[in-house]
Amino acid sequence: MLDVWNGLAAAFWLVVRLDPDLIEITLRSLQVTLTALVIASLIALPLAALLAVRRFRWRRAVIAVLNALMGLPPVVVGLVVYILLSRSGPFGVFGLLFTPTAMIIAQVIIIVPLIASIAHQSLRELWTDYHDLLISLNVTQRQKMQTLLWDARRALLTAALAGFGRAIGEVGAIMIVGGNIDHVTRVLTTAIALETGRGDFALALGLGFVLIALAVTVNLVIHGLGRTEREGRW
Amino acid sequence: MRKLILALALLALSTAAQAGETLRMAVTTSFHNSGLAEVLLPRIKADLDLDVQLLVVGTGQALRLGRAGDVDAILVHSRAAEEAFVTEGYGTHRREIMYNDFVLVGPSDDPARISGSADAVAALRAIASNATTFVSRGDDSGTHKKELRLWQGAGLAPEDFERWYRSVGAGMGAALNAAAGMDAYILADRASWLNFGNKAGLALLFAGDPELFNQYAYLPVNPDRHPHVQAAQAGRLEAWLVSPVAQALIDGYQIGGETLFVFNATP
Repeated sequence: MLDVWNGLAAAFWLVVRLDPDLIEITLRSLQVTLTALVIASLIALPLAALLAVRRFRWRRAVIAVLNALMGLPPVVVGLVVYILLSRSGPFGVFGLLFTPTAMIIAQVIIIVPLIASIAHQSLRELWTDYHDLLISLNVTQRQKMQTLLWDARRALLTAALAGFGRAIGEVGAIMIVGGNIDHVTRVLTTAIALETGRGDFALALGLGFVLIALAVTVNLVIHGLGRTEREGRW
Repeated sequence: MRKLILALALLALSTAAQAGETLRMAVTTSFHNSGLAEVLLPRIKADLDLDVQLLVVGTGQALRLGRAGDVDAILVHSRAAEEAFVTEGYGTHRREIMYNDFVLVGPSDDPARISGSADAVAALRAIASNATTFVSRGDDSGTHKKELRLWQGAGLAPEDFERWYRSVGAGMGAALNAAAGMDAYILADRASWLNFGNKAGLALLFAGDPELFNQYAYLPVNPDRHPHVQAAQAGRLEAWLVSPVAQALIDGYQIGGETLFVFNATP
């Protein structure tokens, strides 16, 4: 129990002193995860809208697979991305292994199914309301998807934040493809794993509390900018 | 919403730029947990203007990264595996840099009475016959290979052990944490042990057998096999690692008044 208090104290001092290493790895955590989130959202949201408005043969199978992939084990994703990006792998010539780009690729793969599944759920409900109206207006497929995505934007924000939450706390995949290199690919989660390995539980816990605070802050900021949960707004 | 997306996109685009030469080196967890890297790397940066990026993995994975050409050099401690690495043509050569030793760590009341053992093999026999909990790295690292050789020397096979033998499949620090949690015996390298922060009820119980000698060697990855490796930088780093500057830093590195590594590179 004493370790937890030491951890809180360590977190407090890290933040108060504005420890340069802490700031560096925190910014890298944010950079990697937010980049992955933007890319994953650009893939997952249109995919979710397409699955909502379009009827095709394998639609149910695709949705079932997406739902199942929400539980994709990060370590396996990390290993597969590692093998693909390794110098002896098919994409080795790009030299991407052990760079932040490799970590972003792994995180995108992990969170696309999660964002797409949650987004599809809310878009499907909205689509039952809008179906008759949009059909009678005789709009194109693209316009249907745009309307759905725009009018469901608050719910989609929740989907994106769920993706953010999964990515920022992830350690298995980025440890393998990033390598936890100091000043290059070290982020909050891999630093926590490292300090735990050194038996410095106070510092590890301190970094953990910083990570939790960061996740809460990002969520609050995004809600603030998006003006959700306020009176008179949908 | 648009502003939000724009802000996120801007943040995403602001990627950190890197300057100077860089070299990727795979090192063992035991070397990194000792803390010596934090002494050597800033000096290498100052002397050579070379950013050495460390990948901290077990010896098995380090050799694997070298074989795949994902690192430019490796610094590990498992002679047989290293020599195979060079013979197969993945490394140009093997250069011995420094050594420390392995130690047997265990609960401070020493239930298996290993502290007075004649040698390391006798100590392991005592642990086995007492069936006191023993934590094995189990990750194909240099320390793990050493442990397996010691069991072999004792005429025992870990596959036949009962539940007291716990293979955790983790790095040196994580395995020490596991041993601290279970009050178990464990084979560790001296540097990691001295630098370990969560000793709990554990104590150093046996050391000093020449069998526990732990040689670290530097192996540059062969540019003939992987043309993209930074062979020139790996050569500069090797020259620095065997220099008097490195010798002074390695021999002078102490924790709690104890010297951790002994430099033994031949110029």
